[in-house]
Amino acid sequence: MPSNLETADNPKKLERVVIEPLTRVEGHGKVTLLQDEDLHIKQARLHIVEFRGFEKFIQGRPYWELPVLVQRLCGICPVSHHLAAAKACDMLVGTTQLTATAEKIRRLMHYGQTLQSHALHFFHLCSPDLLFGFDDEVRHRNIVGVIEDSPEIAKQGVLLRKYGQEVIRVTAGKRVHGTGAIPGGVNKSLSQEEIRYLQKDIDQIVQWGQDAVELIKRIFFEQLDYHMAFAAIDTNMLGLVGANGEFDIYHGGLRARDAQGGSIFDHVDYTRYSDYLREGVKNWSYMKFPYIEALGEDAGWYRVGPLARVNNCDYFSTPLAEEQRRLFKEAGHGRPVQASLAFHWARLIELLYCAEAIRELLLDPDLGGTDLLNKGQLQGTGIGVIEAPRGTLFHHYEIDDDGIVNRANLIVSTTNNNQAMNESIRQVAGMYLDGKQLTEPLLNQIEVAIRAYDPCLSCATHAMGKMPLEVVLVNEQNEVVDRLEKRITGDIQRTCP
Amino acid sequence: MSEEKNTFMLDGVAVEFNEGDTIMDAALRAGAYIPHLCHNPEFTPHGSCRVCVVGVNGRQVSACTQPAATGLDVDNGSGDITDERRRLLQMLFVEGNHVCPGCEKSGACQLQAVAYYTGMLSPHFTHFFPKRAVDASHPDTAIDYNRCILCELCVRASRDVDHKSVFSISGRGIGTHLTINAPGGKLGDSTFAATDKAAQVCPVGAILPKHRGYDQPIGERLYDKQPISIVGDVATRKPGNGGDSHGG
Repeated sequence: MPSNLETADNPKKLERVVIEPLTRVEGHGKVTLLQDEDLHIKQARLHIVEFRGFEKFIQGRPYWELPVLVQRLCGICPVSHHLAAAKACDMLVGTTQLTATAEKIRRLMHYGQTLQSHALHFFHLCSPDLLFGFDDEVRHRNIVGVIEDSPEIAKQGVLLRKYGQEVIRVTAGKRVHGTGAIPGGVNKSLSQEEIRYLQKDIDQIVQWGQDAVELIKRIFFEQLDYHMAFAAIDTNMLGLVGANGEFDIYHGGLRARDAQGGSIFDHVDYTRYSDYLREGVKNWSYMKFPYIEALGEDAGWYRVGPLARVNNCDYFSTPLAEEQRRLFKEAGHGRPVQASLAFHWARLIELLYCAEAIRELLLDPDLGGTDLLNKGQLQGTGIGVIEAPRGTLFHHYEIDDDGIVNRANLIVSTTNNNQAMNESIRQVAGMYLDGKQLTEPLLNQIEVAIRAYDPCLSCATHAMGKMPLEVVLVNEQNEVVDRLEKRITGDIQRTCP
Repeated sequence: MSEEKNTFMLDGVAVEFNEGDTIMDAALRAGAYIPHLCHNPEFTPHGSCRVCVVGVNGRQVSACTQPAATGLDVDNGSGDITDERRRLLQMLFVEGNHVCPGCEKSGACQLQAVAYYTGMLSPHFTHFFPKRAVDASHPDTAIDYNRCILCELCVRASRDVDHKSVFSISGRGIGTHLTINAPGGKLGDSTFAATDKAAQVCPVGAILPKHRGYDQPIGERLYDKQPISIVGDVATRKPGNGGDSHGG
């Protein structure tokens, strides 16, 4: 306890009492639905009220700290920030080509990270919705319910995530917030013992990856029409692809396609991202609204993440994931799959790809190489882009001659999906809101729509199926018509005026 | 015929000492660890960080400046002494900006290692959050004033070994700070060189080589495997044995 709050005569005898963070209910998920006179939902606003300020407080810090400093943005996918910053720092230190060992170690780290993040999202956070139905009782619709009803599925989820975390630990030194990638390369390679350790379980992990894809397909196809229509919105899609159009989450060029699958731009050097993308601002959210400049703010917003990546790429380089991509593509009948719930399907195809890619990499002798660093001449601008589990992640830094950061711009994955999440909520609300009263099923449906995007900001409290959420219905005169609040305990309360 | 040796009692164990030794000198020679930050056997004792506080015959003194004497009963390991040291360390942490999760010295930092040794789990006191800048004007070495604990090891090394007197302490009380002997007050304008002794002695992450950052993997840093009571100080490390990446 801070000394100025200390009032006890003998602090050593005090017991620790933890008070639940009820205040988070307000901060973590708030949706406002704006209704017109005909009771149509004209706008949905997902408010993100947390302010992090990373772009500001890294100003004045040395560039070589960045890969470790900025990964503190997140506890779920810190490796993505770690690697995006490391790629930007590569540019700052004049590295045009990493050594083979450095690139493969980083790729391994990234595949491990994506594997664990996707496993966490699907098994821990979303499988309760998908297995039990969106209207299942809140007290049952959580990971504990999955453990009770489907212990084998729950176990696979936990162990898949554990494996990904172990890949991160071996490559970065720690499961969360490690230090493996440094400007110009990596600080360690893998010993033979470490490689053998990871090889021990990888065949099982690939098998579970296949099982996971089969599970989501079974769920999806059981109610195909419903899943294809739920929160479905036609959008542009953006992501990195490899030089030959292959799926690549570590490096590549930017590809944007429109709702019909037509090319907007392709193989764009990501260091020129600011020529193609702009960020809009709204007075009700700290989160910006990126859009493709050529299409304008109203038509240029897009989606990123698994759905965009699997739709956008021409092929996967691993056989099992490629087979699944072809089946996925067929569901679009010649155009991109736009169903928001197909995010889950695409996410698990990616999980399978990561498992396969890890298996391939573990056979590569470069993982044990000793050539770790390759640096050139220091320069003033560094831009790194990577496909994080939730989508395209941009890190952009400017440094002075001494190596001190004087400007930073970070566009994180969830920000890229900002407008799309609002549109999906609007679609769901338009379909399920009847009149002027908010209902518990509607609240559930909104929650499921948001969750499909795996937005980072809801993760913290959402882990036990208890995402705090407040939905407010506002009429044309800007009056609050109804307000429904789901607390962290799972209790739902009407707090309308 | 053997001479009778000079000894004092350290936590109930007899420790031999030579004429002119401090309690710290004798303890270090005997392999007994007394936590410290501003002490380095290569330099004149300073007694400023007070972390080496010990109880001697009922009084509290700094072990690095107190002469050893026959008959002393030195308390180095009691709960009260550890509590005292922990409070001193907590004050050091809140006076500066010591953000271990983002600090490249983490895992090889003497302040962090001593804090672990004394069981410090939180800063306890309210953070001052002083506004301090990083001086990266020198081509090879950066100074992060946020992490300076005013141990004056760099001052002593630059003055006594390098004979340059690049560093000095200015100000009073809470305004006390490290300054650079150069017209613009910048390290890059001074006569400092990365090969100076002053570049090798910083026990924390204040004076660091540039462009290296986290080049030492987790698991291979100085205090990753064993505590400071066994490993010893940052400045006594030889290149290549785990403490060389940052000034040692």
